[in-house]
Amino acid sequence: MAETITLADIKTDEKSWWCPGCGDFGVLAALQKAVVDLQIAPHQMVMVAGIGCSGKIGNYINSYNIHVVHGRTLPTAMGVKLANRGLTVLAVGGDGDGFAIGMGHFIHACRRNVDVTYLTMDNHIYGLTKGQNSPTSDRGAKVKTAPEGSIEAPVRPLQMALASGATWVGQGFSSNQAELVELIKSAIGHRGFSFLNVISPCVTYNKVNTYAWYKEVLHTLKADAAYRTDDRQAAMGRAMETEELVTGLLFEDRDAVAYEDQVAGYRDEPLTEQSLDLSAAEWEDVLAELR
Amino acid sequence: MGELGWKIGGDQGEGIDSTGDVVATVACRLGYHIYGYKSFSSRIKGGHTHYKVRIADHPVRAASPHSEVLVALTQETIDKNVAEVRSGGAVVADAAFSPALPEGSKLTLISIPMAQIARQIGNPLTRNMVAVGASVALLHLPMEAFSAYVAEKFAAKGEQTVRQNLSALQEGHAAALAQMPDGLAMQLPKVAPSKRLLITGNQAVALGAVRAGCRIMAAYPITPATDIMEQLVTLLPRFGGVVCQMEDEIAAITLVVGASYAGVRAMTATSGPGFSLMQEGMGLAASAEVPAVIVDCQRAGPSTGMPTKNEQSDIMAAIFGGHGGAARVVLAPGTPEQAYRDIGHAFNLAESYHLPVIVASDLSLGEWLQTIDDLPLSDISIERGPLVSAAELEAPDAAFSRYQVTASGVSPRSLPGQAKGQYLATGVEHLPSGKVSEDPKNRQLEMDKRERKLVTLSQLECGTEYVGPKQPDLLVITFGSTVGPVDEAIAMAESSASVGRLQIRRLWPFPTSEVLLAAAAAGAILFVEQNAQGQLSQLAEMSGLHHPRTTHLRRYDGTLFLPAEILSAIMSGRQLATTEGVS
Repeated sequence: MAETITLADIKTDEKSWWCPGCGDFGVLAALQKAVVDLQIAPHQMVMVAGIGCSGKIGNYINSYNIHVVHGRTLPTAMGVKLANRGLTVLAVGGDGDGFAIGMGHFIHACRRNVDVTYLTMDNHIYGLTKGQNSPTSDRGAKVKTAPEGSIEAPVRPLQMALASGATWVGQGFSSNQAELVELIKSAIGHRGFSFLNVISPCVTYNKVNTYAWYKEVLHTLKADAAYRTDDRQAAMGRAMETEELVTGLLFEDRDAVAYEDQVAGYRDEPLTEQSLDLSAAEWEDVLAELR
Repeated sequence: MGELGWKIGGDQGEGIDSTGDVVATVACRLGYHIYGYKSFSSRIKGGHTHYKVRIADHPVRAASPHSEVLVALTQETIDKNVAEVRSGGAVVADAAFSPALPEGSKLTLISIPMAQIARQIGNPLTRNMVAVGASVALLHLPMEAFSAYVAEKFAAKGEQTVRQNLSALQEGHAAALAQMPDGLAMQLPKVAPSKRLLITGNQAVALGAVRAGCRIMAAYPITPATDIMEQLVTLLPRFGGVVCQMEDEIAAITLVVGASYAGVRAMTATSGPGFSLMQEGMGLAASAEVPAVIVDCQRAGPSTGMPTKNEQSDIMAAIFGGHGGAARVVLAPGTPEQAYRDIGHAFNLAESYHLPVIVASDLSLGEWLQTIDDLPLSDISIERGPLVSAAELEAPDAAFSRYQVTASGVSPRSLPGQAKGQYLATGVEHLPSGKVSEDPKNRQLEMDKRERKLVTLSQLECGTEYVGPKQPDLLVITFGSTVGPVDEAIAMAESSASVGRLQIRRLWPFPTSEVLLAAAAAGAILFVEQNAQGQLSQLAEMSGLHHPRTTHLRRYDGTLFLPAEILSAIMSGRQLATTEGVS
């Protein structure tokens, strides 16, 4: 019988680089808890992290980690998953990484439906570069690069994901651990692309979208017993009505078929386990078409 | 030695390509050597395009300036190409446009109602097959071989299509025979049928990838590299692999990084603009020490440049393009056989040294058809490089450090899924364990470790291929597809015995000692390359090559090098070798 995975197995001895009070601590804790609950062995998990404060999360999780260039977590994660479909693959990054420089990949990842979980830590600000406008910054937000207030409409990640064909869309709040752990477990369990945006306040540069503010304005779908998670249109409606100040599972398509289950010739056995050699007969078959 | 040039021209979108392929394929099966090349523009319909097939009884690796038979589907084809038809040659044209040769032309005009014949057959698409039939008559090639091929080619489209195309072929043949004057004798020497492959460099790359165990290919369509992706789309699923068409080249290279990190051989293929977008991803591969294979099928730049024209102007970008100084290898094949072997070599180097390996191909190599003898399975071996074993990871005192500092610069890697092999791969500077660190001493150790791989790599032989005498009067230094016309030019030179040819096969790390040794033995040097800056000669200079008698031949107008112009540069270069007082 396999050994039981404990919190100690999934943690590293790296000291945190985040500011005290950062929302990302809550995301890390929930993720670790979820991994233990799901009993995912650390060596069977790959975390692909982006650039920014959130991208440092891989430093604190004892799985296989690859920390990539800014905005490129999703294609990297797709590569990992296609190479070894036996692995649990997570892409993690911030709102700048995912919805500014990485937006193109985000939309295409949603429509491809590779079995990868994308977890974003959204603080409506650029933290590591010290307080510039983020794609999710509210209109009017006074930030270093918009001292008079942002004049741009914010990106709405949940609606973007829903419109792009994502088959699992949810939002959590780093302060609401119980809900967040359940959301992460559900997202990882989903066979296909799951997008979980986590509101993760920046205590240093965002003095508007604070913990206190979120606690006031957020409401959870759990409170709405009538809400159905299998209706994309309803999910879109709810995301619009609430201006995305909502937490919980918005939408899931349990019948969706993952990308890798549709690729012609792609086998159940992970590619990493397959032989690379060709027989002389196979090779002659290939060349025959060119003679 | 004998050869003939056959050319077909018309508007783009009129099936010029597939018609040329028919002539090239059958001539190859008959046992002739082929070099088939096209002139086309970045548009799908309209605009003049032509396809030329050089048919010879000896190996041919370059374009030729002449034709014996010109098939014209438009008057523009005649106007633009008639000058290259040798005297004694013929123009075959569709009577539909009332073709006319220039005043005073002594060429034979064979005017056949191709479109009309095709309509009567009941399939207007067979017009070009009428032209093929006429060409077969003019080239004195055996009809049976063409009939057999046509039957095979159209078999999947049903009996009726086969019948229609065979009729078109025969009617074209008969119509040409009826009009051919007696003296019109274009004859190729007889050759024995062959099993040679008729292949482009891009096909060779795709085949090399399959053979080398590449199972994931990610790319974004771009001329002239798209063929590689399209070839692999049909090949990889047969072996469990997958081609991913990505949203851009950044996604393509980072997917490759992810797949390689996870332990699969993965590659991407692109051209100039896409290659620029991949620079950051290649830097990540170098820093995180992840294998990656990137094919850059070069085209004329900068920016959009001339997307359908050949150039070799990305080599500085290939070597030095990324920020921060990142270790990488750049290979430069010049023939389909080399392209095939280089892909195999690239995967072995990438996995043995944990860095990006760029195969700098070019449009001429990538797109033009050539006959080659074979692509033997045994030309490529699979070496997966240093991998840490389960036993090593599970040992009681095991302390796996992914980026352990070693003498060679390479440290064994673990693959996701391997118990106790977890580590952080990152583009951030890191300790031997993978943990991020800005410690100055560690930075220097890790940077030196990565750079040391290049030292190790630079000691590998096979950085160049030399053909010629021990002490040539003139040494021609070239790379990529330019080696084809260079070799033909040297063969044409009266005393070719005094000319040597050095092909740079590995552009980086530059094979300095091989090049300096070859240069020291030469009376003079001629660099032949297809870019405005003389990028190859600059590289050689950087590496310490300063020969007092050096000349350059560069082409960057989008047209192909012709052996004749290289020959005249060789003649001048040789003269320089014997000139006194040059310093």
